[in-house]
Amino acid sequence: MSGAVPWNEARAHEIITAHLGLECPVLPVLHALQKEFGYLSAEAISLLAKALNISRAEMYGVITFYDHFRIEPPGRHELKLCRAEACRSMGSEKVAREFLDSQHLDWRQTAADNSLTVDAVYCLGLCAHSPAALYDGDPIGRVDAPKLAALAQEAKSA
Amino acid sequence: MTKIFVPRDMAALAMGAERVVAAIEKEASARGESVQIVRNGSRGLLWLEPLIEVVTPQGRIGYGPAAAAHVPSLFDAGFLTGGAHALCIGKVEDHPWWARQNRVTFARVGVIDPLSLEDWTAHGGGRGLARAFEVGPAATIEEVTKSGLRGRGGAAFPTGAKWKRIAATKAPQCYVVCNADEGDSGTYADRMIMEGDPFTLIEGMTICGFANGASKGFVYLCCEYPQAADVFSKALEIARAADWLGKNVRGSDFGFDIELRVGAGAYVCGERTSLLESLEGKRAVVRVTPPAPSLVGLFGRPTVVNNVMSLASVPVIMDKGGDYYAGFGMGRSRGAMAMQISGNVKYGGLFEAGFGLTLGEIVNDIGGGTFTGRPVRAVQCGGPCGAYFPTSLFDTPYDYEAFAALNAMVGHGGLVVFDDSVDLAQMARASMEFCALESCGKCTPCRVGSIRGVETIGKIIAGVDVDANIALVEDLCETMKLGSLCGLGGAIHMPILSALHLFPEDFRKAALPAAAE
Ligand SMILES: Cc1cc2nc3c(=O)[nH]c(=O)nc-3n(C[C@H](O)[C@H](O)[C@H](O)COP(=O)(O)O)c2cc1C
Ligand code: SF4
Repeated sequence: MSGAVPWNEARAHEIITAHLGLECPVLPVLHALQKEFGYLSAEAISLLAKALNISRAEMYGVITFYDHFRIEPPGRHELKLCRAEACRSMGSEKVAREFLDSQHLDWRQTAADNSLTVDAVYCLGLCAHSPAALYDGDPIGRVDAPKLAALAQEAKSA
Repeated sequence: MTKIFVPRDMAALAMGAERVVAAIEKEASARGESVQIVRNGSRGLLWLEPLIEVVTPQGRIGYGPAAAAHVPSLFDAGFLTGGAHALCIGKVEDHPWWARQNRVTFARVGVIDPLSLEDWTAHGGGRGLARAFEVGPAATIEEVTKSGLRGRGGAAFPTGAKWKRIAATKAPQCYVVCNADEGDSGTYADRMIMEGDPFTLIEGMTICGFANGASKGFVYLCCEYPQAADVFSKALEIARAADWLGKNVRGSDFGFDIELRVGAGAYVCGERTSLLESLEGKRAVVRVTPPAPSLVGLFGRPTVVNNVMSLASVPVIMDKGGDYYAGFGMGRSRGAMAMQISGNVKYGGLFEAGFGLTLGEIVNDIGGGTFTGRPVRAVQCGGPCGAYFPTSLFDTPYDYEAFAALNAMVGHGGLVVFDDSVDLAQMARASMEFCALESCGKCTPCRVGSIRGVETIGKIIAGVDVDANIALVEDLCETMKLGSLCGLGGAIHMPILSALHLFPEDFRKAALPAAAE
């Protein structure tokens, strides 16, 4: 996702250390690492497991429980399309399927040029403006084919 | 200087509020007009978002739904003094959709500047806490009990009774945990409080901490709400700086602080014990209860887990009294409920009123029917584990007990409207898929049953052994209901069986000749 920087062990250390004072820092530090580096790499996980004094396997166990955490690098931009009931009532499944087909992608996949990763979410709380999406964290209501095509184009150009 | 409100509510942003703000600023400076733009929450008339409100001597005049392209014509029409324009809805407070409500918990949402303590206190903010300090913890719990407030997160457990249990532990340290994981499709009430009136949630949690002897609170917010996280974090800083949080809240000897924690995309984390596991940094597998979190909760300490709306209702209960609050509603469903009218609906939004309106009034009179203009066919109430209602049940009153009698639930207040193009067999399969995807994995009926459910409903849709497979789904639902630890596997039968029983024709399409479409 835009804004992520390449792996940097010293920086990762700094992030981890900054969180160690919290009552149970696991989720906040995972969020912070993912925000900084775009995903949770094997290096990041090792470093964190060591700092928290738990095994790497245990750390993986926690991370893989949550859909939001990634252990693979995503594309430069991230599109989350809602698949929950309110969006389905407004035809979201058809819009999403046609968009994915047009991009030769499936759910949770990244475009070959690395411009865009498309994820499924279940409810963004925008249910009076369904179908809904989040593009790099920005909410979008009344999603339709032209809006998605424009986003894919924008993702390619930046 | 003209004061203009443009919501920063996530739904308003999703419909272009930032572009509207930029356009107003640009146009104002080009025309030499001086304007002050306040970023409020949403009033909940969501189909009108972005709703611009201009403060005039006659009151706040609304214009919506506004797009950046409308802005020059708004200036031409003299909207800064309330001039006529195609988007003008007149005085927002006189709009029937607003005037018909009882804004109780949401009284300030959309009205005030969410990050201004002055604005908040000028609108009555803080009076609930002052009253709690005055009467003490025991009388505070008494007042909450008297209000009849039941948990708005979904399970509808009486809040006062829950607090009594914690207070009775007399533990030296306990926690307040606010459940802001709001994962139900069709709901956004918690988000609207956190974005539109965050100080009231802080106040409610503080009162809860005071009543139960807790000095620390956590808010567990779903990661799908980045804007709410942003506004609420700022509100926490402002509250700390002004002694609404800290070692000596409002100069008293009561100390309380709140930390915001963000979840990571697991629906089951809304379940209270899964949430606690998640806060503790673990795989969020549901805990076996008893012991309830009120005895053994976060880090093994007694913990009050309450929903955002429940906690945000406490200040008004303390300020105006339990009797005032209990004066709304019907039967054992006391108080006001934030009905979130969603999906394929013309006038979607948050409508707060006492319990007891009929489903038909909510969907047709208030919601205005479908967005597409086609006939309404079904309404799913209470989120992804809630039942589908056909229009033949539209005289059902919106009330916990009336819903439970129909094997349905009010839940967190979501109502998702569908038009006649919906296929309930497809929706039933999607419910099973959702359960399979979100299961924490602890119970076999939920973890494996849901996958079998997807396959079996798939067969029904394909017209394979329809009668036998329908019987199998019925049986599977029964097993999941009885053999599941929490309300994910334990309630997913509601949408599936209501679809199957109340819309049976959708499960026999493949057998009909007309199914060739
Ligand atoms: C699968 C599942 C998901 C839930 N999701 C939420 C949620 O998102 N927000 C919430 O407040 N309660 C949710 N609940 C209910 C909580 O377990 C709990 O009852 C509630 O937070 C208690 O607060 P209340 O009494 O104020 O409602 C969920 C329950 C289940 C079984
Ligand atoms: S019912 Fe499902 S989600 Fe709930 S505890 Fe059991 S396996 Fe986990």
